[in-house]
Formats: sequence, structure tokens, C-alpha cells
Amino acid sequence: MYGGGYIFEETKNGERTVEDPKRLEDFEARIQAGEKIEPMDWMPAEYRKQLIRMIEQHAHSEIIGALPEGTWITRAPGFRRKLALMAKVQDEVGHAQLLYSAAETLGKPREMMINDLITGKSKYSNVFNYPAVTWADTAVIAWLIDAGAIINQVANSKGSYGPYCRALERICMEESFHLKYGHDNVVFLATGTPKQREMVQDALNRWWKPIMHFFGPSDKISVHTETLMRWKVKMASNDDMRQKFLDMYVPKIWELGLSIPDQKLKKNEDTGIWDYTEPDWEEFKRVINGDGPCNKERLAVRRRAEEKGEWVRKALMRNAEEYTIPLS
Amino acid sequence: MSLKSLDPRITREGLPEEPDNTPVENIHHWTTFEVFHQTKKGDRHIHVGSVHAPNHEMAYILAKEQFARRADCVSLWIVKTSDVYQTNYRDEDMYENNQEKMYREAGGYKVMERINKYRKEHSK
Repeated sequence: MYGGGYIFEETKNGERTVEDPKRLEDFEARIQAGEKIEPMDWMPAEYRKQLIRMIEQHAHSEIIGALPEGTWITRAPGFRRKLALMAKVQDEVGHAQLLYSAAETLGKPREMMINDLITGKSKYSNVFNYPAVTWADTAVIAWLIDAGAIINQVANSKGSYGPYCRALERICMEESFHLKYGHDNVVFLATGTPKQREMVQDALNRWWKPIMHFFGPSDKISVHTETLMRWKVKMASNDDMRQKFLDMYVPKIWELGLSIPDQKLKKNEDTGIWDYTEPDWEEFKRVINGDGPCNKERLAVRRRAEEKGEWVRKALMRNAEEYTIPLS
Repeated sequence: MSLKSLDPRITREGLPEEPDNTPVENIHHWTTFEVFHQTKKGDRHIHVGSVHAPNHEMAYILAKEQFARRADCVSLWIVKTSDVYQTNYRDEDMYENNQEKMYREAGGYKVMERINKYRKEHSK
């Protein structure tokens, strides 16, 4: 599971590295021809920088994304659901490992990324700064957040950087179970007792805002976005992915007789485009910069895990072994 | 004051309420190992990714969890990344072949024409 709406770094004027025009031309021609770029290949400094940032945020989102659901493992209703939730959470952490490896091939060691996460320097998907209040929240997360993640990841798996694409292919394969598992949980509650229906409706009301924030703000067509799209780093605009999500999942939500807390939400039959209340992007910015209901808890929990594991890593450490960048 | 969470286990941890921005001390960089996975006996081992570990045994444990957790698997190979000798795509041209290599293809040998000619000449 991963959150969309990557935060790409704006490159200020004068900061951009001037690349060898011949090499840049060859590089762009290769991407145009659908070739993958591999770790040892030449690439523009800006391509490397934005990819590290994007893959790293994705990896952090997997790790932090395991936390809201993970807190429900001990309180899962029934043994089968507990097993399934444990398996899902383990998958998410495994995805983080695959992604860290992919980012490492670009030259940033994994431990440095983890350090940047814990110190608050790197971002992760904003949705995980919200709490999973009841069991129904985990059902909504597993179904709809994972659904959004799949839309995003399928698009990105057609990108230009080989190691990232390969990691995503494996991840998407595993995510299909998460989606079915989440849908099953939502359907169970929605077709259950009035109390269960109320629980899942409440959870949906709580999560609709983060879900709409999930793909990130409308992207202005800037030179920046255009370059990233030409380099196949960014594969679809945030709005396009949001529309795709609404198209696929709103009917499935309505079919269960659940309501969505947005009076304006409606598909325009002529244009095929969904109208909705513009999400509060000020809140999005505020939360991503640290002021959400769970930011502090997420980072504190991650830091504590790092501290608790330190003696194990130290005990196994062999100083003679030098770190090597993984192959691909 | 410590952090209050909806999860009682987290509340019990007594985590600090204010964010701690100090970097993690003593970052431990384990080395990396490449993992090759075999789906069933008789298949080839295929490279599936890498793990960080202090030695081969730990690398195996982590690789098993990471790459054999869900897919079928009968065997894993673990190789230290630094032991892999690899060529650079910059030198890709050294794999370019002379196009005129029909002498090493089965299709480069056409004998029937000669045989037929021979038989025609000698059948009289």
C-alpha cells in the first residue's frame, strides 16, 4: 500500500545541473523508445534526485502504512481475520524492503533513508497521519487506500527506471490480495447488523477526506511536471488518477448502500468526469508538514522500533564487511 | 507527559510527546546479498532482488521471508553482492556480433543443392 501525491522537489532556478546535451538527447531517446534505465546507465542528476525522493517516499509509506493497520492485529475480530491482517502487514513491510533496495541502486544507502524518515526530513503518504479508530477503519483502509495505491502503482510500473518497475510489478501482484481482503471486510460489515453498518459508514465518513487527498493536489502543468512526465518518472497526473479511482470505486461503494460524505459528488454524464467538492489542500499541507492527528505517534513508534533493534544489529555487525550498493 | 494513542500498547510505551529530531546514532550498514529464487525443481534460479545482512545465514533468513513467503519456492541461492562480477552497459558494444556469422548457424549449411546436383550427374 502506498500513498500517491508524491512531493516532488521544486528545482530553483540556477540549481539545475547543466547536462551534456548529447548524453541527454540519447537518454531521452531511449526513454521515448520504451527502454528501461538501469543503475549503471548515465542519467541526468535531476532524474536521479527526483527518483530517489519518490521511491524513498514510497518505501516510507509502506513502513508507516503498516502502523495504523498493525495496531489492530491484537484486536482483530476472529482468528482468520487476525491471520489475514498479519499477512497483509507483513507484505507491506516487505514492500518497503523492495523499494528501499530500488532507491539504493541510485546511490542513497538504506540506513540514511531510515534516518531521514525518523528525523522528519523525508515525507511519506499523508493518509497514514490519520488514526484507525475502529476495526471498520482497517477495512476501509485495506479496500480503498489499497485500491488507490494499486491505481498509482500500476501506472508507475510502466515508468522508465528498471529497478523501480520490477519492484512495483511484484508489489502489485501481492496487493491484489489486500484489495480483495479489504473489500470482503467492508462487505461483511455493510451487509451485517445495523450496528456493523453504522461502524463502516462512520469509518467511510472519516476516511473520505484522506482518500480524496490521497492522489495529491491538482498538478499545475509546470515545466517541472512536464520534464518528469517526459522522463517517465511521473506517469499520470494526480487528477487523472483521482478520476480513475472515483470511476472504479464510487459505484462499488454506492452498491452497498453506503453514502459518501460529499453532496457534490456526481459523474457528469456528458463529459464522463466526476464533480466533487475540492478537498481542503490547506489541511493537506498542514498535515504533511507535521500537524496531523498521528504524525508524532507514527514517527515516535518508528524511532522506538529502531532503538529497540539496535543491539541486535550491533551484535551481528562485522566491521570488516563493507556496504555494497545492491545490483538492481 | 507521554504520547496517548488509541492503541493501548503504544500508550504503554511511554513515548515522548514532542518529536525527537536527533539523527539515529551509530547507523549500522550491513552489506548486501543478491537472492536467486527457484520456483520448482528443474527450473533455473532467477535473480529476484537483494537483502541487507551481516552474513550468509542471516541473508538466507531474510531472503526466505522476503522472497519465499508467498510464491512457490524449492531453493534459494544467496550471493554476496560484492562477489558478483558485472559488466557495464557503457561497454555494451563489446557484445555486438559480426552480422556475417552464418558459419555458426545450422541454417548456414545447405547441402541438398549439392547432393541433388551430384545425384543428377551420376544417375545416368
